[in-house]
Amino acid sequence: MFEDLRDLYQEVIFDHNRNPRNFRVMENANRRVDGFNPLCGDKLTLFLKIDDHVISDASFQGSGCAISTASVSLMTEIVKGKTEEEAETLFKQFHEMTTGKSEEVNLEAVGKLAVLAGVREYPARVKCATLAWHTLDAALKNQQEAVSTE
Amino acid sequence: MINYPIEQIRADFPILGETVRNKPLVYLDNAASCQKPQAVIDSIVHTYSHEYANIHRGVHTLSVKATDRFEAAREKVRGFINAGNAKEIIFVRGATEAINLIAQSYGKSQLCAGDEIVISAMEHHANIVPWQMLCQQIGSVLKVAPMNQKGELIFEEFENLLGEKTKLVAIAHMSNALGTINPVEKIIAAAHAKNIPVLLDGAQAIPHMPVDVQALDCDFYVFSGHKLYGPSGTGVLYGKQALLEAMPPYQGGGDMIRTVTFEKTTYAGLPHKFEAGTPAIAEIIGLGAAIDYVTAIGMDAIAAYEAELLAYATEHAEQIKGMNIVGQAAEKGGILSFTLDHIHPHDIGTMLDSVGVAVRAGHHCAMPVMDFYGVPATARASFAMYNTREEIDILMQGIKSLIEVFG
Repeated sequence: MFEDLRDLYQEVIFDHNRNPRNFRVMENANRRVDGFNPLCGDKLTLFLKIDDHVISDASFQGSGCAISTASVSLMTEIVKGKTEEEAETLFKQFHEMTTGKSEEVNLEAVGKLAVLAGVREYPARVKCATLAWHTLDAALKNQQEAVSTE
Repeated sequence: MINYPIEQIRADFPILGETVRNKPLVYLDNAASCQKPQAVIDSIVHTYSHEYANIHRGVHTLSVKATDRFEAAREKVRGFINAGNAKEIIFVRGATEAINLIAQSYGKSQLCAGDEIVISAMEHHANIVPWQMLCQQIGSVLKVAPMNQKGELIFEEFENLLGEKTKLVAIAHMSNALGTINPVEKIIAAAHAKNIPVLLDGAQAIPHMPVDVQALDCDFYVFSGHKLYGPSGTGVLYGKQALLEAMPPYQGGGDMIRTVTFEKTTYAGLPHKFEAGTPAIAEIIGLGAAIDYVTAIGMDAIAAYEAELLAYATEHAEQIKGMNIVGQAAEKGGILSFTLDHIHPHDIGTMLDSVGVAVRAGHHCAMPVMDFYGVPATARASFAMYNTREEIDILMQGIKSLIEVFG
């Protein structure tokens, strides 16, 4: 019945929605930022442990739709071990991919995150996918206040 | 089913012939805004094509014609809600503006610090925030009457909130997030017994049931035109004449003026005192056409038909495992707000959209209601006079399939 949605809801997204990775409070985090999408009520708290400019651990808590949950779950997996600079570059690439600012999706750069490229065809859902990443961006910049997608 | 000209009604709404993502449109977001019949569309086109000019000032023929049509629309609204006098019908942009007008004009002039305004736990933001703003401005106090798990007002607790300091009750006739129809006759009787005026927010009720403001004896009644099959940017504030007379103007300029010098301004009488600036002329004339349209079908017939639709939808929803209806008041209008286990409402909204079904997913501008039920949002199917059982079947089929997909 939902054939047209296969680009948006790929199996990987269902998998991460059912079993989000790194879904836990991190006690020894040195970055902690809340992200909030007031339009739909999605909210998450992102925890990072950054040692010597390298993200040694990432985790999250919160509730949201399948797209936003998969996005933050995938993100916590992929940023682990990356430098702050690499993570910031990834944020920009992800943003370009989901908002359709670049014609081609750079598969090599975004890797597994390419499963979220489908949101570009669904403008109402772009914020779901990008909430996690705006929260990451704030955490990297060491902002304390909550991030909102509005 | 009752005898009801559903096919003719559907044919009157051109948008119902549209497709969405290659599927026939099933429009179930009526609580947010309703679609427009050809008669309303024609009315706007006719005004702009043949009879448009600014109103009330011109001595030329077109202005006189437009003024006549505009004032005829006021008379249609008066008749539709059975107000005693057309002076009591103020045109505004929508229910939200009407409530803000009452808060800023009536509230600021009649209430003092410490005075209390009573609302209910099921209000949408438009009947919460204007009162909070007023409270900040003058030091009045907002009291919230609680509801039970079914989404019904707990009447005894509401009544207990009415005291010496209560100066206004402002309550939804029907809840947008839950569908609850409040016992407004009882509410008004209880408030009036203590000389407290009552404002009914009729934004959701007005398209679905007959409303008689004199029989209700409410002091204010507000609604939006766009939910009554009329154009957006139109709305109505009904107020009892004596209350409106005592209220100062809300905005200055244009039609609300009688005389102006740089030293002093005198204000126009009702209803123009509250109608500053050029209104949505063609749109308000279009609202008159919408009232003609629903009146011809009959609000009683519409209410009976929609009650059957809701009963049908509820019966089917209750059979779907994992589907939870939010808002199960005994007195309820055509709104089916729901959650699905482990599936976020936004995913529900996108998935149903892909099969042509438009529902709302979110907090419906009623975040305290969501907090009450401990959910971030709900999906909401809301019915109008043109919806059918077949459309509800498509909705239910879509829900069953998406439960399988998310499994």
